[in-house]
Amino acid sequence: MEKWYLMTAAVLLGLTVRWTVSLNSYSGAGKPPMFGDYEAQRHWQEITYNLPIKQWYFNSSDNNLQYWGLDYPPLTAYHSFLCAYVAKFINPDWIALHTSRGYESQAHKLFMRATVLIADLLIYIPAVVLYCCCLKEISTKKKIASALCILLYPGLILIDYGHFQYNSVSLGFALWGVLGVSYDWDLLGSLAFCLAINYKQMELYHSLPFFCFLLGKCFKKGLKGKGLVLLIKLACTVVASFILCWLPFFTEREQTLQVLRRLFPVDRGLFEDKVANIWCSVSVFLKIRDILPHHIQIMTSFCFTFLSLLPACIKLTLHPSPKGFRFTLVSCALSFFLFSFQVHEKSILLVSLPVCLVLSEIPFMSTWFLLVSTFSMLPLLLKDELLMPSVVTVMAFFIACATSFSIFGKTSEEELQLKCFSTSVRKYFTCFTFLPRIIQHLFLTSVVTMILLTMMTVTLDPPQKLPDLFSVLVCFVSCLHFLFFLVYFNIIIMWDSKNGRSQKKIN
Amino acid sequence: MAALGIGTSGGNWFSALALGVTLLKCLLIPTYHSTDFEVHRNWLAITHSLPISQWYYEATSEWTLDYPPFFAWFEYALSHVAKYFDQEMLNVHNLNYSSSRTLLFQRFSVIFTDALFVYAVHECCKCIDGKKAGRELTEKPKFILSVLLLWNFGLLIVDHIHFQYNGFLSGLMLLSIARFFQKRHMEGAFLFAVLLHLKHIYLYVAPAYGVYLLRSYCFTANKPDGSIRWNSFSFVRLISLGLIVFLVSALSLGPFLALNQLPQVFSRLFPFKRGLCHAYWAPNFWALYSALDKVLSVVGLELKLLDPNKIPKASMTSGLVQQFQHTVLPSVTPLATFICTLIAMLPSVFCLWFKPQGPRGFLRCLILCALSSFMFGWHVHEKAILLAVLPMSLLSVGKAVDASIFLILTTTGHYSLFPLLFTAPELPIKILLMLLFTIYSISSLKTLFRKEKPLFNWMETFYLLGLGPLEVFCEFVFPFTSWNLKYPFIPLLLTSVYCAVGITYAWFKLYVSVLTDPPVGKTKKQ
Repeated sequence: MEKWYLMTAAVLLGLTVRWTVSLNSYSGAGKPPMFGDYEAQRHWQEITYNLPIKQWYFNSSDNNLQYWGLDYPPLTAYHSFLCAYVAKFINPDWIALHTSRGYESQAHKLFMRATVLIADLLIYIPAVVLYCCCLKEISTKKKIASALCILLYPGLILIDYGHFQYNSVSLGFALWGVLGVSYDWDLLGSLAFCLAINYKQMELYHSLPFFCFLLGKCFKKGLKGKGLVLLIKLACTVVASFILCWLPFFTEREQTLQVLRRLFPVDRGLFEDKVANIWCSVSVFLKIRDILPHHIQIMTSFCFTFLSLLPACIKLTLHPSPKGFRFTLVSCALSFFLFSFQVHEKSILLVSLPVCLVLSEIPFMSTWFLLVSTFSMLPLLLKDELLMPSVVTVMAFFIACATSFSIFGKTSEEELQLKCFSTSVRKYFTCFTFLPRIIQHLFLTSVVTMILLTMMTVTLDPPQKLPDLFSVLVCFVSCLHFLFFLVYFNIIIMWDSKNGRSQKKIN
Repeated sequence: MAALGIGTSGGNWFSALALGVTLLKCLLIPTYHSTDFEVHRNWLAITHSLPISQWYYEATSEWTLDYPPFFAWFEYALSHVAKYFDQEMLNVHNLNYSSSRTLLFQRFSVIFTDALFVYAVHECCKCIDGKKAGRELTEKPKFILSVLLLWNFGLLIVDHIHFQYNGFLSGLMLLSIARFFQKRHMEGAFLFAVLLHLKHIYLYVAPAYGVYLLRSYCFTANKPDGSIRWNSFSFVRLISLGLIVFLVSALSLGPFLALNQLPQVFSRLFPFKRGLCHAYWAPNFWALYSALDKVLSVVGLELKLLDPNKIPKASMTSGLVQQFQHTVLPSVTPLATFICTLIAMLPSVFCLWFKPQGPRGFLRCLILCALSSFMFGWHVHEKAILLAVLPMSLLSVGKAVDASIFLILTTTGHYSLFPLLFTAPELPIKILLMLLFTIYSISSLKTLFRKEKPLFNWMETFYLLGLGPLEVFCEFVFPFTSWNLKYPFIPLLLTSVYCAVGITYAWFKLYVSVLTDPPVGKTKKQ
């Protein structure tokens, strides 16, 4: 690539922004007794280093599961273990059993931030760069532009480097999975994706498209010949990688069950805090959590999720294509986020990742979605005192997208990938030509709403009767957006395959 | 919003670059800031709460006002905004006060005044001829120049991390240079006069301004061979120039003259009590001189040529002592440095007089003046290298030779700023930003001049690559060795000597290229 230096500049810029954001506060800084996710990660290092592996997921006098008990899959635990070794080398106080609880210092913060940066640098960033270099049918300049925009996506930066989590690891593995599967390295791809699931169980949001895409590939090759071989190979890879990750926990039945119970805490309720999904938004009018019994809640959320993602998944199985795969990843993750059980506000990052991947195809809508997704985490970011970096990174991201893709010129039906849809609607309503204009107006309204709501949340005090007024409003508005995007992405998926077929007919 | 969108989508890359770097500056707000932060807070307090007659006498804080009057007025103006942020920072006795609002205000004051710098860069870009315009935006000289100036590593870390107001001051200088290119000489002279009364370090480049204006503005015509035509002298132009400089100076110094305080003001502006080298040696000639002295004294002791009892105890290399004496070589007095500086400047000024080459020649002379004073000046700060680096960016996109000199000067000059930021959280920032700027500047200029011979010979490449191992040794290896306690000054010493070599080389190369350049008349004939 003759412009490698611009790509290097993009990566360095992404890294600089990441590190400068990390100078800010983290979740639960100086807030005893529970602190926040930062303390959770530190606590996991303490637990994994000091306790034998058999006790990691069990409640004991040394491991109080009520205080940030380990509730992520084994790979996270191993990662914490690894970090703990380094921490022990630098300063044993950081991970001393019991006494290190709530440990905070500048040096420790530096260490924790560095672990995030290193993990990011090793897993997520190379995947992004490679993905953008492999993009087909676009100029080098656009490849670099999309790498820059993806690396500047504020949601991930703010959560990983501000709030404090290791999302870049699981998302990075998932991205390696996407890369592998899209370029016919199916076994490596599925291995990478298994690692992603074993790092964070929320990656299951992406599992159905992976499954359907690979299954579709097998069908395409013919289930009696090569397809079957591939299917068996894939199954072996998945099983083997899972066994490897879970090996220490397969020694006893009770171990495995306990880990699973920790990973899927079904008794924790339909949703927690304020999250921009359907259940939380409906609860504003109708207290579902109090009206419906627990098991019915689970059933309802399961049914809704399943039904909403069914069409896209069937389409993908029948017509597997890398493009369809990316869009199905978006719509499935979005369905999970909107309808499934026990969703966190941070899970929107799982939707954002595949949206980043289609940034060069539908720049306008992707940018819009990515802005909304960051906005939906506003209450969380404000709680962590990350207002300043949030505003700055969002603006930087917007400028980067607007300049490199000139998104405002790209709102025609074709560029929104809605051509086929509009054509088929026009068969019934001939005057259906106003779609691009409507979308432009919607965008402006939405941006103005988001800005106004942010300003209100920051400056005004909510009325005493409704202390959560603004955060509920933020979630509600974001939820409406997400519903709109769900419909949009499903339309693209449905009409895209039709397009492919009609083209074939013409050929 | 829509207007912004249309603006950016219309290929308005300049505003995107400027906005982008402004946002980066905002992200740098929580980083470490040096004592200069307190210096400027103190000046805010002095100018806000005391009458003018007290400004240059007030000494509650050790950071007394030592910039010229216009800068004091600038602080005075700022203080009237500051009072809406936090009244407490305007109290003279509130030493080392830094509430979060004070921090925000001070940081934003730098970011906002940088608007002038952005405007100046915009004007400078207009002066660059776009003949070599490549097909693609990223290969156009204008684009490269705006990145080199707007995203300058030195300005970012000195202004927005270390804390100073170099942005808008450099902006004024660049703007006056741009005005000369646009043939608006009076305006340029006015801007420079104002700049001189904002920060007197710009006196170093004043010879270039003076000679250029006299030679190329007051004399309106040349003989065909490029030499001076004495009868073309325009008294009107000379008088109007003199009037401008006089009026600006009167406005600045007049009040203090009326108060009979001029000697006090000047004693604050030019403190010769400080040592030859700053606490950390700026990478100039004196760093090499002192290092040589050190080496000679060590060798002398080994060979028993020196008497250990006669060697002064205050070891200059400890980095803490400001007054010191050389052991073997003769000690240097302020007068000696002054004479050296003058001698170093003279050839370039002569060149400007006898071989006038328009604004481009002026620019070269200005850079040589800045570099010469950096090389030989008394108590030079490492930050002063920006005085040469920024105007040099303008030259770099014009000719391959200049580009090569620029890259050596900038890379070593920027690297020599590293010791300014010594705290751990800023370590990744300075390394990442340095890499960003260096990789971009080298690669983009290489792309721009790819049809000409390579920018560096093997020696220069080797030298520049050596900066990497040097950084690794100084910041990652040395602190863990046993020498760290015994010889804590070694990293600084190595850095400043290594960089001094590069900067001396760049200075020398630029001088050679200026002196051997054929005059305008001849190039036209060719």
